[in-house]
Parts: sequence; C-alpha cells; structure tokens
Amino acid sequence: MKLTTKTVLLVAGLALAACTNPNSFGAGGAGGAGGVGGAVVPGSANDPTSTAYFNQTVGDRVLFAVDQSVVSDEGRVVLEGQAQWLLANTDFTAVIEGHADEQGTREYNVALGARRANAVKEYLVSRGVADNRLQTVSFGKERPIEICSSEACYAKNRRAVTVLAGGLSG
Amino acid sequence: MRFQTAIGIAALVLYVLGAGWAQAQSSGPLRIEITEGVIEPLPFALPVFEAETGDAGSYAGQISQVIAADLTGTGLFREIAPSAFISGVSSFAAPIQFADWKAINAQALVTGAVSVQGNRLNVKFRLYDVFSGAEMGSGLQFTGTTDGWRRMAHKVADAVYSRITGEGGYFDSRVVYVSETGAKDSRQKRLAIMDYDGANVQYLTDSSSIVLAPRFSPDGQRVLYTSYETGFPRIYVLDVGSVQRRVLESQEGTMSFAPRFAPDGRTIVYSLSQGGNTDIYAMNINGGGVTRLTSAPSIETAPSFSPDGSQIVFESDRSGSQQLYVMPARGGEARRISFGPGRYGTPVWSPRGDLVAFTKQNAGRFHIGVMRLDGSEERLLTASFLDEGPTWAPNGRVIMFTRETQGAQGRSTLYSVDITGRNLRPVRTPEGGSDPSWSPLQP
Repeated sequence: MKLTTKTVLLVAGLALAACTNPNSFGAGGAGGAGGVGGAVVPGSANDPTSTAYFNQTVGDRVLFAVDQSVVSDEGRVVLEGQAQWLLANTDFTAVIEGHADEQGTREYNVALGARRANAVKEYLVSRGVADNRLQTVSFGKERPIEICSSEACYAKNRRAVTVLAGGLSG
Repeated sequence: MRFQTAIGIAALVLYVLGAGWAQAQSSGPLRIEITEGVIEPLPFALPVFEAETGDAGSYAGQISQVIAADLTGTGLFREIAPSAFISGVSSFAAPIQFADWKAINAQALVTGAVSVQGNRLNVKFRLYDVFSGAEMGSGLQFTGTTDGWRRMAHKVADAVYSRITGEGGYFDSRVVYVSETGAKDSRQKRLAIMDYDGANVQYLTDSSSIVLAPRFSPDGQRVLYTSYETGFPRIYVLDVGSVQRRVLESQEGTMSFAPRFAPDGRTIVYSLSQGGNTDIYAMNINGGGVTRLTSAPSIETAPSFSPDGSQIVFESDRSGSQQLYVMPARGGEARRISFGPGRYGTPVWSPRGDLVAFTKQNAGRFHIGVMRLDGSEERLLTASFLDEGPTWAPNGRVIMFTRETQGAQGRSTLYSVDITGRNLRPVRTPEGGSDPSWSPLQP
C-alpha cells in the first residue's frame, strides 16, 4: 500500500522533474515543510530535483531477504523510480551502499553487502543510468539503522541505499 | 610508543649452581595435560618475590601478582592464599621447607627475587615440585628496563606454565583489536593494542572511520587491517612502533578486506570485491605482485595460511552456504572440510598446524569451534547469540574471540576459551572490544 503511494508520487515527481532546473541543495533539504499551494522551496522534499525528494518520495533504498541479493518485485518498483530520476537529474552521481543484518560473520557480511549494492547498480545501469555515475560500497553489518535483534529490525537492515552526490551543491 | 624494542629482555639460565640445582627434570610427576580437560586446578604457592634492593619492593609485589594472575587465569592453576602459608621464604637462596608447603597441599612452589639498579630490573625465579621435593628445570633470570616489569612477570609465568604443562607459553604476548563505543547504529571503532591480559592499552587509530579485523604480522611489529577512511573498505598496514600506516590496496571500483599475513611476513592474502563478486587474492606487502587465487562467482573470503605457508583455509558459499575449504597457497583446487549442519566462517589455522578454529552459525546460535584439517573431530567450544572471529594464542591452546550481546543495548566484548571448551572468560578492556588478533610470543 505504501508502494502505491510512492508510485503515484513518483509519476508526479517525474512530470515536475522534466521541466525544472536541477537547482538542488544536495542532502540538506528539510523534508515535508511548506509547499502547499505555494512555490516549491528549492532543495525541499517538494522540489522534485532535490536529494530530499529522491530519498523520501522516489525512495532511496531496497530491502533484501535473508542472505539474498536478488532485488524483489517491490524493490524493482523503487529502482525503476531511481533510474528515471537519475536519468532526469544528470548532475547527480550516486554511491550505492550495501548492508547486511547482524546475523552473519563480519567478512561474509561485507561480501554480501557488496552483492546487494551491485545488484542495485546493475539494475540501474540496465535502465540506462551511466555506469560511471554509480559507485558501490559495502558496510556489511557495521551500520544498521535499526538496533533490535529481531526480524523486524533485521528486515530493515538488509538494504541497499542509493546515496546521491553532486547536483549543484557539489 | 616503542615499547617493545625499549625493553630488550634478556633471559639467562641462572649460572649459580646450588646442590641439586640442575638435577630435577620437568618429567617429574607434576604435570598438567591440557588436552585432557583438567577438572581440578593445580594448587600453587607463590610467596611475594624477595626485594633484593631497597627500591625493588613495589616491583616485587606487582610482579608476583601478575605471575599469579597469569597462572590462575588459565583455569589450570589455583593460587593458595598467602595467609595459609606455614613458613615464608625468607630469602631466594634459603633452602625450601618442603614439609610446610606439602602441609597446605601446594603442589607447585614459585620463588623469586627482584632487584633494581637505576632503570634496570632483574627478576629471577625457581619452580619446585613440592611433593617430589625437587626443582623443576633450572632457575631463570630476566633483565630489562623497569617499565617492562609486566613483560618480565609474564615471562616468568610462561616458563612456569611451560614446565608444568609441557606446552609453549602465551602470557608475554599482545592482542590488537577493535575498541568500540556507542550504540549499534552509531558505533565508533578504533584500533587498539594491549597486553594479552588487557593491560597497557594503546590506541593506534582514531575513530573517525570504521576499522575492521586487524591482523598481526608474524613478527608482531605490523598490523594489517581494513579501514573505511576513503569511504570504501581498503587494506592498510600499520607499523606498531611508529603508528605510521599506508594503504595497500586502492583499486578504483573495488573493495578490499579480510587481509592476513603469510608466515613469511612478506606476502598477504585478502578478499577483493569487484562487480559484486568477492574472491581471494595475494600480493606482496609492498603492494605489488597481485595474484588472484580464486575465480568463482561465489563469495570467497577470510583466508588464513597454514603455519608452513603451503596452504590456505578460507570460507566460500560456492555450495550454497558458507563452508570451509583448503587450497594450495598459490590457488588451485580447493577441498571442502566442513560438513556439519549450519554455516562455517572465519577459519583460522592453529599456529601448531593441527586444528582450524572457526565461527559456526546454526539454528540461530553462534559458536566458536575447532576441527582437524580434514574436518574430523569438530568440537564447539562456545554458544551464544553472537560469537565470532577466533584468534589463536601463540601456543595453540587458547582462543580469543568476539562476543556480542543481543538487542538494542548489544555490546561487543572479547572473550577467551581454551580448546577443550573450558575456562570461558571475558578479557577486560576499557571500552567494548571486537576482532582480536593475538600476537606471537614476544622475543
């Protein structure tokens, strides 16, 4: 259900992106403020060329099953949006960060995160994003976002996050 | 900083021969067989070492304490409280009243003396088998600088341990590890080095970037580790004395991690991830001579050399799950050695060559285990929510590893356990600790 919302917003975002100067302020955009019936605040989550918009509206991450690096159907929807966004906002590059949950040895999880990051990169490249705009890195289990030791947290930690860089902010 | 080289401990067999001094051999009845799993620790008495010079008193007291702590920390020995002593040892040279030590059931007696001249410290000791009324081995003395007093205590304890168990010692050794602070989602990591018992902690890096899995060189002078200081995992080598470091592997578009030295100290093996695939490579320590050792679409990582340098044990998920394999050091056909239920990772070849220690994950639990190199005689030594990353004591009889506790407050702590699964105990560190690597015995 969340996904439906995202898809709808995504379409709106693309329409705006097509005619908006990518006047991005990078990652500093404050999400969700203002924008109702007014002018779009550059860099805010309502600016479809902003990092904040990419992170919150397009969706910056996909999740993976235990010990897997295959992008799920839901993940493909997110990555489709990422690809379109990156194609429309060519000033941006991205580092795709692969992560694992804590169930696994340190070295293996670095390798597993590398697989996940690469799976996302390959998808984006297959959708036309230039290979040289995308880098991958794995953090293994070193940077969980959720800290409980149960599947509810693990599911969110098994992720690949597309972290934007560039735009006019540099 | 140049702690190691400043000490230059000299060990000399005591040249003064008393009556019966060299008679007793270590083949006497006083013996602990570590591999048989000791039930009852051996009681020993260690009267505070005699201070032979006026300013040696505090050293004598502290050295005696460290020796006793080393021995009792093994779980193989039990110290008899000095309050139980019937007779003291009035001087190092005085004859031993064996009856008085027998009466309190001391099976081993350690006596010693300490003298200080300027910044030079001299420690000598003798070990007695109380029930046979004879000395075990010859008296030994160690000379060094006063700031190396702990090392001299460890050397005495190593000699005592070695004579009674028939195994090499491991107390005069160091551990490099990752010191951790902060919550799981904002953990700060930095490299630290300490004596094996947690004393003399020094930090080798700051915590501005993630560091992982330091590994000692065979001479204990350098450390290989993985750091994210460029934003990507890269292998670095750090000189322990100067704390100077340099990057070893920085190929654009790749990640490198899990480095480990070959026994020659000149070659390293490591994992390199490229295009999502992780394989094992070798290079020389100057960064040249890169050789690819595995070429599979699966994950190959955590390589560790055999002590003779001819083979490498590593983990791979080529079968569909993490398992242990052995291949020639130059690459080539690998044979699988782990076949039990669950997943096996982080194999480390014992310095004695007889066993491999590993992390096993099965049914939601983690274990540290050992097995022979043909996969037989698998023995799980620990079980917890998360145990991983074993490292061997120099004598191949004790393993140190990381234990992380469960939940939002989860914290990493170093633990040690002996290869029979006994004497599981935390290693005290000022902050959390993970990824220990045990040095060889110091010279």
